[in-house]
Amino acid sequence: MQLSSTDPFSDYQAGAYFCELTSRRPDDQGTAAIVRARIGAIGLEALRARAAAAETELISLGVTFTVYSEASAIDRILPFDCIPRLLTGAEWGQIEAGVKQRVAALNAFLHDIYHGGKIVKDGVIPAELVYGNANYRPEMVDFPVRFGTYVHVCGTDIVRDASGAFLVLEDNARTPSGVSYVVENRHLMSRAFPDLMAGMKLRPVDDYGRRLLSAMAEIAPEGVGDPQVVLLSPGIYNSAYFEHVFLAREMGVPLVEGADLVVEDDRVWMRTTGGRRPVHTIYRRIGDDFLDPTVFRRDSMLGVPGLLGAWRRGNVSLANAVGTGVADDKAVYAYMPRIIRYYLGEDAILANVETHICREPAGLAYTLERLDRLVVKPVGESGGYGITIGPRASRAQLDVARAALLADPSNWISQPVVSLSVGPTLCEQGIRPRHLDLRPFAVTGRDTWVLPGGLSRVALQEGSLIVNSSQGGGSKDTWVLDDESPDVEPT
Amino acid sequence: MTRETPLLARYAESLFWMARYLERVENLARLVDVTQTFETPGREAESWFALVRINADEAGFAKRGLAHDAEAVKHFYLLDTGNSTSIPASLESARTNARTLRPLISTEMWRQLNVFHRDMLSISPEMLQGDRLSRLCGRIKEGVQAHTGITEGTFFRDQGWLFYQLGRLIERADQTTRLLDIRYHLLVPSAGEERRVAELTQWGAVLRGAAGYHAFRRVAPPGFKPADVVAFLLTDTAFPRSVALCVEQMEWLLGQLRGRYGLRGTVPALERVEELRAGLVGRPVDRLIADGLHQFLDAVQRDLILLAAEIGTAFFRDWRPLADMPTQSQSQSQSQSQVS
Repeated sequence: MQLSSTDPFSDYQAGAYFCELTSRRPDDQGTAAIVRARIGAIGLEALRARAAAAETELISLGVTFTVYSEASAIDRILPFDCIPRLLTGAEWGQIEAGVKQRVAALNAFLHDIYHGGKIVKDGVIPAELVYGNANYRPEMVDFPVRFGTYVHVCGTDIVRDASGAFLVLEDNARTPSGVSYVVENRHLMSRAFPDLMAGMKLRPVDDYGRRLLSAMAEIAPEGVGDPQVVLLSPGIYNSAYFEHVFLAREMGVPLVEGADLVVEDDRVWMRTTGGRRPVHTIYRRIGDDFLDPTVFRRDSMLGVPGLLGAWRRGNVSLANAVGTGVADDKAVYAYMPRIIRYYLGEDAILANVETHICREPAGLAYTLERLDRLVVKPVGESGGYGITIGPRASRAQLDVARAALLADPSNWISQPVVSLSVGPTLCEQGIRPRHLDLRPFAVTGRDTWVLPGGLSRVALQEGSLIVNSSQGGGSKDTWVLDDESPDVEPT
Repeated sequence: MTRETPLLARYAESLFWMARYLERVENLARLVDVTQTFETPGREAESWFALVRINADEAGFAKRGLAHDAEAVKHFYLLDTGNSTSIPASLESARTNARTLRPLISTEMWRQLNVFHRDMLSISPEMLQGDRLSRLCGRIKEGVQAHTGITEGTFFRDQGWLFYQLGRLIERADQTTRLLDIRYHLLVPSAGEERRVAELTQWGAVLRGAAGYHAFRRVAPPGFKPADVVAFLLTDTAFPRSVALCVEQMEWLLGQLRGRYGLRGTVPALERVEELRAGLVGRPVDRLIADGLHQFLDAVQRDLILLAAEIGTAFFRDWRPLADMPTQSQSQSQSQSQVS
């Protein structure tokens, strides 16, 4: 390929990071080179104009999340970067198998801890991490869920280190969001960049709604012939409302709010123009705490009084199940490789970020020795509180961290600083490397299915590692190259 | 493969109100345009304040502390988001309902309404000046008409469609009675040919406000009288905005809800519609006028409010936690559907 001086990639430097487009991957069938050439042919100016038009279209379509301030509600789009992220068939094969394995282990773990807790008795994980966890729900003890599935929808956050190895950053086993953007981003690419996509053999992403609905029908209470599935949303003022709309539409089921449902005689009904109609499976997008004001938070206006009772009587199914939050906890995360080995007798296909558990003497010793090179995190906190990043900390800060570690080792884990991979991203200065992650979505009823690709979130600020949409992150279309024979599904 | 799917009561209510608000926007834009075109020179304030009376907004207008002039009325209806009957406020309510309905309505319906709403947020005071006002009204009318067309072409025709149409028709019939009501004083016999021509010009404006001027010309007898205009707007079932046609269609829609979807609870609403129809066809228009047109129109408006309440009680109320509260007035149900 001839690189002209106007080639927008001519000054692109990924540096020491793994680049999701330009790092050599022999099995990409030359796709990365074609994408680069096509972007070059479009040119920077046209690329910008089309990207801007594509973003305007997202606003018009209301593919937005809402940011509330005291005075107003502003509909924001998730900024969209038009340069796709590529995954080869082999890379995807590893992620898909790894995610399925992880979901299987999470479900086995949840089943176990709510049925006697053998893993605790066997000393694989400390009792207090499980039973002392704020998200552990005693209401779930000995309660059967269909197929032993607790985590029906799982989002696994995966990063890639400088060598290109995939590492799991965290599991989201409660109500992970973002899947609507995976599908909308693909549609947007097809509309705005048909010339970039022409002839590309990609794994499709359109099947999510059908798969989700099948899983929801599978988990309906036994003996229900034609189950009524609904999606329970906090309503139009929730920032993820668009995603709820998207999922309800893709499944073809009603989007209900708490006030649409009523529980009578331990059965759930929805209020329709023709009176009350039975409901069998609820895909709920509200947290455990808000589900049922008679059981959890009394002040919840979002939930349905009596819902948990109906659930415990087996008259309605909930997805995800109550009490899954204990499995995606940061402290439990550290034990995931062992949890996988314990239940499945296998090594993890997708490694954790190397994690040292300071409650264990070896982990503590390792951490104290290399404090200036590690990230030290408290296990109970979320949102980045209490973290010390060794390489960026002062001598005094390191001393404080050391003292805290020694005072209560079991409150801490440590991890190396991961050099997150980058993807070429359209920026003001041109095409520049920006860090990104990947959140694949797994749907589990009787079996687990993983949507090809997932949400690639990109940190738009130079050097930033924070990809969250609330902090200025954007997203990219994620292409999984279809280099195998097409899946043939039994019909 | 058709399978009858239940309709959430909350969706039915939102469809009903989305349609009402949009119908209101279109009518208001038309009235503003006609008022602008036919304002009586030297008596502009009076012409414009007639708009406030049509909409029974005297109290609301007074509360906004605005001057009693043409500019204030234009501001009140086209810019004042604090006035719940203004075009931007109605459009906001329509969009909020549409947002609730996004899982149900077509993507194209949502997209158009979303973009239309955004455009209308940018109305500036300059756009109310001179010939720009008429262009603005044209854009607003076309915005609603685009919505209507997209809905006709893309919205699934199950019971949701019937509730949508009911909302639209009740609002439309109400608007027509209000338009008529404001000119009823012109029916008082007055002397002099000059005066008579001036009155006919006013009636022409009324017809234009209802988009019925040319149709009326086609069907009106030679040497027509004001009573013929009243008869046309009230009873001509070929005219889309006549009260009689709206009522006839409401009756059909309620019949569909009962017959095709097996919805009980249509009976009280059908009884209201029957009363409305009887009132319209029972007496010749000359007689109506002699007995007092204003009183008659008032009664029609009350019946429409009661009809909306019957529909609400039968089909919408159940979804709210306070569903079992005693009778709720129309204005309450309106404001609740705005905050739902």
